[in-house]
Amino acid sequence: MELKDKLVSSFLAFENTVDVDAPVHDIRSQAIKVFEEIGFPTKKQEAWKYTSLNAILKHDYSIFPDEENALEFKDIKKYFIHDLDTYKIVFIDGKYSSHLSETTHDKIDVCLMSSALSHDKYKAVIDNYFNKIAKQDGLTSLNTAFSREGAYIYISKNKLADKPIQIIHFSTGKESAQMLQPRNLIVVGENSHVQIIERHQSLTENPVLTNSVTEIFADKRAIVDYYKIQNDNQNASLIDNTFIDQEAQSVASVHTFAFGGNITRNNLNFYQKGEGIDSILNGVTIIEGKQHVDHNTLVHHTAPNCESHQDYKGIFDEKATGVFNGKIIVNKEAQKTNAFQSNNNILLSDKATINSKPQLEIFADDVKCSHGCTIGQLDDNALFYMKSRGIGEKEAKALLMYAFANNVLASVKIPQLKSRINKLIATKLGVNIGFDL
Amino acid sequence: MAYTEDDLKKELETKEYEYGFYTDIESDTFPVGLNEDIVRAISKKKEEPEWMTDWRLEAFRVWKQMEEPEWANVNYQKPDFQSISYYSAPNKKPKYNSIDEVDPELLETFKKLGISLDEQKKLAGVAVDIVMDSVSVATTFKETLAEKGIIFCSISEAIQEHPELVKKYIGSIVPQKDNFYAALNSAVFSDGSFCYIPKGVRCPMELSTYFRINQAGTGQFERTLVIADKGSYVSYLEGCTAPSRDENQLHAAVVELIALDDAEIKYSTVQNWYPGNAEGKGGVFNFVTKRGLCETNAKISWTQVETGSAVTWKYPSCILKGDNSVGEFYSIAVTNNFQQADTGTKMVHLGKNSKSTIISKGISAGKSQNSYRGLVQINSRATNARNFSQCDSLLMGNECGAHTFPYIEAKNKTAQIEHEATTSKIGEDQIFYCNQRGIDTEKAIALIVNGFSKEVLNKLPMEFAVEAQKLLEISLEGSVG
Repeated sequence: MELKDKLVSSFLAFENTVDVDAPVHDIRSQAIKVFEEIGFPTKKQEAWKYTSLNAILKHDYSIFPDEENALEFKDIKKYFIHDLDTYKIVFIDGKYSSHLSETTHDKIDVCLMSSALSHDKYKAVIDNYFNKIAKQDGLTSLNTAFSREGAYIYISKNKLADKPIQIIHFSTGKESAQMLQPRNLIVVGENSHVQIIERHQSLTENPVLTNSVTEIFADKRAIVDYYKIQNDNQNASLIDNTFIDQEAQSVASVHTFAFGGNITRNNLNFYQKGEGIDSILNGVTIIEGKQHVDHNTLVHHTAPNCESHQDYKGIFDEKATGVFNGKIIVNKEAQKTNAFQSNNNILLSDKATINSKPQLEIFADDVKCSHGCTIGQLDDNALFYMKSRGIGEKEAKALLMYAFANNVLASVKIPQLKSRINKLIATKLGVNIGFDL
Repeated sequence: MAYTEDDLKKELETKEYEYGFYTDIESDTFPVGLNEDIVRAISKKKEEPEWMTDWRLEAFRVWKQMEEPEWANVNYQKPDFQSISYYSAPNKKPKYNSIDEVDPELLETFKKLGISLDEQKKLAGVAVDIVMDSVSVATTFKETLAEKGIIFCSISEAIQEHPELVKKYIGSIVPQKDNFYAALNSAVFSDGSFCYIPKGVRCPMELSTYFRINQAGTGQFERTLVIADKGSYVSYLEGCTAPSRDENQLHAAVVELIALDDAEIKYSTVQNWYPGNAEGKGGVFNFVTKRGLCETNAKISWTQVETGSAVTWKYPSCILKGDNSVGEFYSIAVTNNFQQADTGTKMVHLGKNSKSTIISKGISAGKSQNSYRGLVQINSRATNARNFSQCDSLLMGNECGAHTFPYIEAKNKTAQIEHEATTSKIGEDQIFYCNQRGIDTEKAIALIVNGFSKEVLNKLPMEFAVEAQKLLEISLEGSVG
């Protein structure tokens, strides 16, 4: 049976496990209809021109894992940033793991989507925010239809989340192949501040497909820092749909570190709704083998005096393919917008491919918008210079790559996370660099 | 009183199309509609050999299966292909030996266009082939060119007299089934220009074609084929105008360039089809397929100044097949009122060390939409390929839009690609600076826009550069000089 049919028919089974009288269930039923109509995206769609999901949709995924799987902390300790005190929301095969997590209701709410959907206490927030900015495309609708679990973070007015929040999804793959659809909702009130680190990790050789949707609302003057670490194993694919709604003078930044996985697709959408907003989109992609990473970004400027900064760096080796598809829309009301987009790529092998499509759609005249895209190689002269001074070829290359990605790495605001990412890159490049960038 | 942006806007809105006259020349027009019989009739009218008729019919059958493309960033009422007349020829049909034999009224038309043939003859250096309502009416300097072995004539004449060349190359770069409009053109093209430069010859003068749609309710489908044999050089100019009409006219041309080893082709276009009136009524739909093939060490350079047409859909492209081949694209696209332009280029790198340069300048005013759409593709065999692209947009007023849709695809690690795009408006400080020095606002804007498009204007042959500057003036009068 085709995955699409399987998903549509299992919606009935899903209805048995959730409260069908809850208002959110109307949204779900509506969404499954949309998915039934649109289905999965194909290469014929402009936004999916360079990424085909066919290869990963052919597996027979189990949609609802039956068994509870427990993991020992010592086995998975390495996936946490353990030298950093954080709140933790941990899911194993899509189910919440209370003994690995550390949630709170003290001043801020860091808890579960399932409890937010079922408790009256959260009803107002759910009514106001749930599924309000998520696009109505096939994949997002599919996630909405099966939305049940994920992270729920609510920071009310004038609060500072006292420590960063880690959201980690593990898949153990006891089932043959597994599909996960986490749904996160993050609401940050006026003048509040939060830092979030998200990671998806497969612990199995079985195929895993994650179709994740995250909605983030940043109210006036709120600051949101979001870090996505994508360093999964070869059989895990990730479709990440993130939607960010920003009110006046808020600052939201999303850093995506794509170091691995089978097919990784990041749909990152920023909607600016007020004046004086800053949106920051940073990304580093370092992949090899047959990995495929596709960054699809949208920044929609609707109000005057806002800024957006996009900086994506990619290094592609062996048969890896990279896609960058960035779009900036400036409405005619959005005068004095400053929007920048840059995409720099290095190809290390003749089999590697990069497809880049930086787009601008501008309807206002008094704006400064620019985009730049480059594709090139490591500088031979620089390599020679280092080699002639006794630095090995591998190390010299790694140094150049660090330098290439440095301005994105430098923007990471959590020191422990920064050194973790540096280590990840070092492991990836097979070098041991004895300094912290 | 100071000249403000509002005055400018008003002036822009009321500015009439200067070439909107209609010449009363009796012409021979086919009944409207399109079917196999019409295709056969066109072919028969042109006394074409059988292979050509078959080629057209093949294209027509392919076209019938195709659907009109919708991906472009333009909105328009689709033309009804059954309500267009596919052939219209000035009646007192030609074979002139000299200019004196040409219908005086026709000559008057060209005078109004500002291309007085006599004058051009005297100015020397430009041989003109004029295509009116799709039929070639005059080719100047034919004899001078013939001495060098250069063939420059209408494509129907070439089909008669040089069938071996036409047969070999027509459709080799833009096949009949390439796209919807190319297929339509292949089926019904009525005339166009043909040019062949023999081995090692440097064409001593600029070759030029003028296109004009005159009759109401006709479509213009011309076909241009330029072949530069090994080591030759040619510079080719193309200009277009049409009278003002309320209904939309269709122009679907195909241009094929072939640059064999070491050859160089420079192809310049000044497109000034009727853009419709200030309410966006009427105007020409300009759906053009232009493509060139570069063999080893060859170079093709496209330069275009796009100021006319209600809707433009045009992507002059280069296939850089040979090693060390070079492709260039220089474009200025100006849109005003309700004009829509979706234009750009494709650079397909297949050969080693191939290089391409793209410079695109878009200027939008009024309620117009101006898009750049380009593809740079480096294939895995194209070692050391190099591309530089720059797309700049200038917006005037906040009811227009500027868009960029670049596609960059690299499959070779030695590729070096740079793409840059910026969008801006004319800075108040820039205008203030000029005002301070006694330059009024209108002249200041002219100065700035000229500077903005200088890189492209510089690439035009001298005779054209003057005209192009004048056209910019007309399109954006008040703001641009």
